[in-house]
Amino acid sequence: MRQVYSILVNNHAGVLSHVAGLFTRRGYNIESIAAGPTEDATITRIVIVAIGEENELDQIAKQLRKLYDVREVEQISYNQAVTRELVLATIEAPINKRSEVIQLANAFGAQVINMTDDTVTLEASGNDHKVRTLLKAFEGYGISQMARTGMISLPYDGMPEDWEPIA
Amino acid sequence: MAVATKAKSQATKQPAKLKPKKISGAEIIYRSLEREGVKYVFGHPGAILLTLLDLFLERSKIKHLLIRHEQCAAHMAEGYARASGEVGVCLTTSGPGATNLITGITDAYMDSIPIVCLTGQVATTMVGNDAFQEADIVGMTRTVTKHSYLVKSTDDLAETIQEAFYIARTGRPGPVLVDLPKDVLLGDGHYQIPEKVDLRGYKPTTKGHPRQIQRVAEAIKEAKQPLLYVGGGAIHSEAHKEILKLAETAEIPVTYTLLGAGAFPSAHELSLGMLGMHGTAYANYATMECDLLIAVGARFDDRVTGKVSEFATRAKIIHIDIDPTAIGKNKAADIPVVGDARLVLAEVNKLVKPQKRALWKKRIQNLRTEYPLSFDSPEGAPIKPQEAIVALSEEVGDKAIITTEVGQHQMWAAQFYNFTFPRQFISSGGLGTMGFGFPAAIGVALARPDKLAIDIAGDGSFQMVMQEIATAVQYGIPVKVFLLNNATLGMVRQWQDLFMDRRFSEVDFDSSPDYVKLAEAFGASGRRIVDKEELRPAIQEMITTPGPYILDVIVDPDELVFPMVPAGGATKDMIVRDSRKKVLRGKLSALPDN
Repeated sequence: MRQVYSILVNNHAGVLSHVAGLFTRRGYNIESIAAGPTEDATITRIVIVAIGEENELDQIAKQLRKLYDVREVEQISYNQAVTRELVLATIEAPINKRSEVIQLANAFGAQVINMTDDTVTLEASGNDHKVRTLLKAFEGYGISQMARTGMISLPYDGMPEDWEPIA
Repeated sequence: MAVATKAKSQATKQPAKLKPKKISGAEIIYRSLEREGVKYVFGHPGAILLTLLDLFLERSKIKHLLIRHEQCAAHMAEGYARASGEVGVCLTTSGPGATNLITGITDAYMDSIPIVCLTGQVATTMVGNDAFQEADIVGMTRTVTKHSYLVKSTDDLAETIQEAFYIARTGRPGPVLVDLPKDVLLGDGHYQIPEKVDLRGYKPTTKGHPRQIQRVAEAIKEAKQPLLYVGGGAIHSEAHKEILKLAETAEIPVTYTLLGAGAFPSAHELSLGMLGMHGTAYANYATMECDLLIAVGARFDDRVTGKVSEFATRAKIIHIDIDPTAIGKNKAADIPVVGDARLVLAEVNKLVKPQKRALWKKRIQNLRTEYPLSFDSPEGAPIKPQEAIVALSEEVGDKAIITTEVGQHQMWAAQFYNFTFPRQFISSGGLGTMGFGFPAAIGVALARPDKLAIDIAGDGSFQMVMQEIATAVQYGIPVKVFLLNNATLGMVRQWQDLFMDRRFSEVDFDSSPDYVKLAEAFGASGRRIVDKEELRPAIQEMITTPGPYILDVIVDPDELVFPMVPAGGATKDMIVRDSRKKVLRGKLSALPDN
């Protein structure tokens, strides 16, 4: 199972390594990690995607809550939050494939940010599913370089009280 | 034990408007320690600490003890904390002074012992430059403390130390480290603390959820064969009275972990003694047969459960713990209750009605008679370690607080000593730190001057920390070492005996010190005994001789600890008693001549 954790921490030196260290120490796997400031300068939001068994995923949340600098841990379900990831990817695109690649990029709403004789570099963002589909679509052309931010996430505001997530 | 509910009473008096005068960092630390009620600091000096050490010269409220190795400072602080329930404090310098503490800090972390470690650090301007005696102790101790702080400004000192003590003693207790850079100590700042510690991310739950407590009471009522399984958390929360009441009211037999020893009287008719790898056979069989297991401040450690999938399979599991991460970590709980054990059980006791369980009690009694703890002591054979402990227990009983090192002697002490009150048995459980017991006993002696501090030691462990005899002699601390000397690392040797075809590699001490002369060399006293007849008179001599004392008891090196559940095995695989053919080798010749 995969789980997204949205973790609010005190913006202190060493907190990120403390949080990441917990995963190492307890033998949990991090798929991605993204950290950045929030609306409150004293607080940082860390979004971690982890893979594990169901009871392990709950244990991770409990262990995180024990850390002094951790203020809040939310285990985010896919339906209750918006999740996004930014991808930069350089695609092998010789002249004869270039328009095909650009067309495909347009279909995903990706921006062309650089072009050479044999490559096109794209910028794309989206949720987990879109990013995966996009990367799969370009796989056949060859991806020579790639950088991903890891997922960031915010819970949807103003969910109706009687709203039930679709399982 | 101070849990969150026992809030500190000494609320600070903040002058109304006047901003207080600046004072030195060292002065702020001293005042902060005074405010926390610290009586002893176990420390070793270093150049960075000069201004702070200077304050101990003329002031008498806090006594600084000059220990001989920093690891022992941490163990002494632990011993003090384990015996008193107060926070133990140690103070060492930067670099090696700090790194030497790590084993003790880890030991405290594994056993949830409240200690605060103050370490010197190079000046903030030098941090990160690989300066002389610099070590990133905050980074190094991150995974073995509840929290570690690097104080960056003298103004933050008082509040940080206040928080450190608060975190150490509340919730699931544990070690906290405060790293003190030189310029922070030397600089001037304000002694400023909030009225009440309020940490946004740290709010331990102490009161159990009423619905869960209701479910616990119902489960107890419905159970036919319930069993209480009591761990170290019961000691920390001082839940012993509630446990006794619950056990007697609802007729529930009690078994305890190594760290839970003392939470329930060993000789009580409902007591099954310790469970687990070297627990009593009847306690282990009771876990297999019970239909309700009530875990109180225990964490289903592998040394308790063996193969966890085959542990207490017939039982519904109630798990009461203040630490939510302890629940469901190793064994799923049917009724989890997050809260302080004493507070939760007090609520449970309000709901539990008297119940009789004649059949279950009879079954337990049968198991007890069928599989008793036993050992052989033939005429003319060397002293058996078990009989030495029985003699000690009978001679000193509840006059003593017992600490142990780690190994065979530790298991025998837990099995054969008759514990009557909480905090009477002090041992390194989670980390299993050899060399723990002797320094811990020094801390115990200071915390409980009304009791005798006796370290039941093995010679392997004692050799790791024996320099601290000097500390005991210097301060006249009357700590007694009951040394079960088999001139070998008995527990590892036992595994080699059972699992390595008796190939004893790297365990025997072909050279051992003469422990009597060693004691004398340090200015302490000692005696060596080899005959059973000498045991009781020698114990009397040990406890009546003032000051530190080493009683060197030469014991049979071939004795093994039984029962034994092999590591990773299920309880049903337990080896109940020693069925080996006895082969006594010429081992005793390796010991010093008497």
